[in-house]
Amino acid sequence: MDALRPYAAAFSSRFLLMMQYRAAALAGFFTQCWFGAVHVMVLAAFYLGAPDAAAASPITLSQAVTYTWLAQGLLAVMPWVGDPEIADGVRTGAISYDRLRPVDPYALWYVRAAGWMTARLVPRVALMILAAGIILPLIGQGQWAWQPPASLPAALLFALSETLAIALACSIIMLINIVVVATLNARGVNILMQPLVIVFTGNLLPLALYPDPVRIALFVQPFAGTLDIPNRIYFGNLTGQMAWAGIGLQVFWTVLFVVLGRFWLARVMARLEVQGG
Amino acid sequence: MPQILVQDLAKTYRVAERDPGMFGAVRGLVRRRWRTVEALKDVSFSLERGELLGFIGPNGAGKSTTIKILSGILRPDGGRVEIEGLVPYADRIKHVARIGVVFGQRTQLWWDLPVIDGFDLLRDIYRVDPQRYRTTRDELVAMLRLEKLLDQPVRQLSLGQRMRAEIAAALLHEPSILFLDEPTIGLDAPSKLAVREFVKKLNQERGVTVLLTTHDMHDIEALAQRVIVIGHGRVLADSPFEALRANVLAERRLFVDFAGAAPVLDLPGVEVRNRDGRALELAFNPQITSAPALIAAITARHAVEDIHVEQPAIEEVIARFYDLHGANEA
Repeated sequence: MDALRPYAAAFSSRFLLMMQYRAAALAGFFTQCWFGAVHVMVLAAFYLGAPDAAAASPITLSQAVTYTWLAQGLLAVMPWVGDPEIADGVRTGAISYDRLRPVDPYALWYVRAAGWMTARLVPRVALMILAAGIILPLIGQGQWAWQPPASLPAALLFALSETLAIALACSIIMLINIVVVATLNARGVNILMQPLVIVFTGNLLPLALYPDPVRIALFVQPFAGTLDIPNRIYFGNLTGQMAWAGIGLQVFWTVLFVVLGRFWLARVMARLEVQGG
Repeated sequence: MPQILVQDLAKTYRVAERDPGMFGAVRGLVRRRWRTVEALKDVSFSLERGELLGFIGPNGAGKSTTIKILSGILRPDGGRVEIEGLVPYADRIKHVARIGVVFGQRTQLWWDLPVIDGFDLLRDIYRVDPQRYRTTRDELVAMLRLEKLLDQPVRQLSLGQRMRAEIAAALLHEPSILFLDEPTIGLDAPSKLAVREFVKKLNQERGVTVLLTTHDMHDIEALAQRVIVIGHGRVLADSPFEALRANVLAERRLFVDFAGAAPVLDLPGVEVRNRDGRALELAFNPQITSAPALIAAITARHAVEDIHVEQPAIEEVIARFYDLHGANEA
């Protein structure tokens, strides 16, 4: 167990530290309520304005609404930007200190990113469940609410798939971190990530609502695994073999990105060692 | 076998250059020009267990580069480093577990965490046995007087308090070697004294080998038994501090206030440094002309109101040493 101690400590300290930022969590929650409400209204306009098309849609209005609240509640899982602590370290030179720790550098940064992500996730998702899952039905707006999972098996598979979504998103954040270290600048890569993430995770529009010809491509691309796949498992749109295919894709991309990230980080670090800290 | 062995160390950096102005910026996009900076050309020295070595030299001389190579952060382009039988950059993980490093200009503690939480985190990162950790931590806390600071977030500490906490943080895993890169930079006088006193104690009582860089000659005076002067990536001097002082510090100053206007003096081995109305400041080498002989020669010929001898400030001496060796930054 001693071998894992540094990583467990790095994770939990980052988690506990991030949990202190209550005002940020609250502000984020209100923003996400706003965006969620706008998304729900747009979806309602589409579905209710074209009943024929809505009947042919692969997901129902109520599922799309639930998708929206999931997307807002789980916003922190999406790899929008690199870890700001790494970007800061690059600017201040504090990443030299990371080179002085007797630990695996990739694993250290990975668990730190995971602590940073989950600490932002927990308060936001709790507030969102409270608002969209409990309060909305209580005030008679149940049709716009966050619905419970389709079934118990769907709930269990979702739990697995969401865990993998976090693992996958952290492996993508690590790739962003490495670009930040290699280019010594966080802004460029962070700005490039925004449009990719908002479209390809399904945050803007559930990926199942895109035209047929592109749907397979959207399903197999890596960002689907950070939001779209677990969401569709949640409300029973992906079941049985398709659900396992989705989970398999999440595992595939995570493993690929971790291997790639480790290799690339070692190269970038070797270059930093050569060019100067 | 010395604890630290450094042979023919060389390190060059590539620095991107561009012409000034808009045109230069645009051209830089298409074609990068690189300039090579030789940070270290040829640095060799060895250090025995328990030594306390001071590293001095002007900015850009290669002090920090040397520390970064010895601590495993940078990889040299040439030469050899062995520390306790390990090559720092090749056996990084094993090596860094045995050393402690403090960069005076950076922080290794977590800005938003209370000091004690940062210490606990380092305990886990270095996999220190919890019981052993408690003993070491309590000793360091007592020696560096950190009791009242432990619960405070690092960002609330003054620079002097933070530096004491940084030094403790670097020693929690009981390293056998401590690298200090400008540990007293920006500190007030009491904090400097506290840091020096602690480093001395650590070296003498615990036998920890210390290698420190500084621009503060009082650090060197108070601490280092041995000094390496580095300039332009080379070792200019490697000697006990007293020898360096005797060599370069041989010069004395004589301040004379004459009764009338200061005369023109022509004495062998004596240089006029400053002339101001009736006052003269003379520099002389006591090995050539002794102070009594010089004073006698002056008072024999001129009416003198006041006279006193001084040793030049150590900063001034070192600055002259750099000048003599052309070690100052271009």
